[in-house]
Amino acid sequence: MEIDPFIFRLSIFILSIFVGYYVVWSVTPSLHTPLMSVTNAISSVIIVGAIIAALSGNGDAIFSSSSIFGFLAIVLAAVNIFGGFLVTQRMLAMYKKKKKDK
Amino acid sequence: MSANLSAILYLISGVLFILALRGLSSPETSRQGNLFGIIGMVIAISVTFLSVGNFTSGFVYVLIFLAIGGSIGAFIAYRIPMTAMPELVAGFHSLVGLAAVFVAISAFINPEAFGLGYPGDIKLASLIEMAIGAAVGAITFSGSVIAFLKLQGIMSGAPITFKGQHAINALILISIIVLTFYLCSTQSSNLFWILIAVSFLIGFLIIIPIGGADMPVVISMLNSYSGWAAAGIGFTLENTALIITGALVGSSGAILSYIMCKGMNRSFFNVILGGFGATEQSTGDKNKEQRPVKSGNAEDAAFLMKNASSVIIVPGYGMAVAQAQHALREMVDTLKKNDIKVSYAIHPVAGRMPGHMNVLLAEANVPYDEVFELEEINNDFANADVAFVIGANDVTNPVAKTDPQSPIYGMPVLDVEKCKSVLFVKRSLSPGYAGIDNDLFYKENTLMLFADAKKMTEDITKSL
Repeated sequence: MEIDPFIFRLSIFILSIFVGYYVVWSVTPSLHTPLMSVTNAISSVIIVGAIIAALSGNGDAIFSSSSIFGFLAIVLAAVNIFGGFLVTQRMLAMYKKKKKDK
Repeated sequence: MSANLSAILYLISGVLFILALRGLSSPETSRQGNLFGIIGMVIAISVTFLSVGNFTSGFVYVLIFLAIGGSIGAFIAYRIPMTAMPELVAGFHSLVGLAAVFVAISAFINPEAFGLGYPGDIKLASLIEMAIGAAVGAITFSGSVIAFLKLQGIMSGAPITFKGQHAINALILISIIVLTFYLCSTQSSNLFWILIAVSFLIGFLIIIPIGGADMPVVISMLNSYSGWAAAGIGFTLENTALIITGALVGSSGAILSYIMCKGMNRSFFNVILGGFGATEQSTGDKNKEQRPVKSGNAEDAAFLMKNASSVIIVPGYGMAVAQAQHALREMVDTLKKNDIKVSYAIHPVAGRMPGHMNVLLAEANVPYDEVFELEEINNDFANADVAFVIGANDVTNPVAKTDPQSPIYGMPVLDVEKCKSVLFVKRSLSPGYAGIDNDLFYKENTLMLFADAKKMTEDITKSL
């Protein structure tokens, strides 16, 4: 009997939860705020779905009822992607070690 | 592009996201981690373009909308003050939630584009995943909007409670499950809209009873929700990158919520059910007795610190409100010039989001190896000469260790009272968020400095 591909996706999902669990526990508490902003940025990979939705119109009708929701989702996700990564970078750039000469 | 190749590339981008989080285990590797995240995102987006393979005028519009959103995001990222990070993150969560809802709606209206069947005849598994993605996304959206409004101060941070609240919430949650069930059997679009509307409502209702200082838990929880919403959509789209990311973000948010709850010694349900502080406050006011406190001015504080050999600084939310982090750093620089050892002690729930204080101190150029977590530094208070409490309150209250009747009993607190002397910067004697008096105010060795945190710190620097 063939295995439903859903089961494979479920396996990836469950294993990723465990990977996430161990990776996040190893994050130093002082970087918890950047952790939140970067997780926010990467969860905007939902833009993948938004792009498919936006390009779902066939030929002439670029803006159909379903593609409009796709375009709106692209804007929202793009705000997050750029905003999330850039603000994380801005924060991380501020974390400095003690200067040696002190 | 073949489906197999794009699946492998999505997997790679998922792995890069894992590495992005892994990088955050230390500040040195964190910047590289962020770069991995960006590469992962670029791969995911490019692969999507190539696999749709539709480079017509629609493609141009996608780029335009991408650019619009991107420039708004970049503008916000560069302009936002670090003290406003909690609001920003809450706001961003709401966008992820809403994007998930929109993608789910689009997939429901036009399932053919996603290869999920036909309108009115969507594959059962896809429909369930879609409904979960939409519902969780809607909860994330409305919950985050409320969190944002509370953090921004547009909405009062006080918990909003009413009779029968829990019953109503339970009823709505049950109705979401029932609606999903009927949606799957009837494929009715009306039920789909109702499901989304009800989910918006419950997100709103869940967050309004939670008070301002519980925001670290709320933000982490919404972070987790945004992940589960993304994972739900990932299942719908059969997209590995989205499934991996959703699981990562979901567990990340859940762990942060757990750490925050532990920092307050409260169960997750206790926070979610809300209303904390509202009842204790009224009783606390009645039995308030007048006890003597010692108060001083900037010169007294400067004198104490000048004669100390080690000082521990305890920052809290008040420091963020007063934007006192730069003034604080200047004060510490002056102390260091006098060969005084200075370190910072951060309580897990200081501020309005996890790690909030660390970011503010980093912004003020405080080296991160001078900043310590509660467990790392708590034993050092006994050997320190001066503890400088700025904008923190409940997290220093010794009552949490001594009085089993106290609502914060059992919460891990910083052992500030063990210091030879304590300087407490505060605007008044009013109780903190938990609504209880801080015993520390009345200790022999405590000197209260009644002033705005920023102004007081500047004055001390002058007197030094």
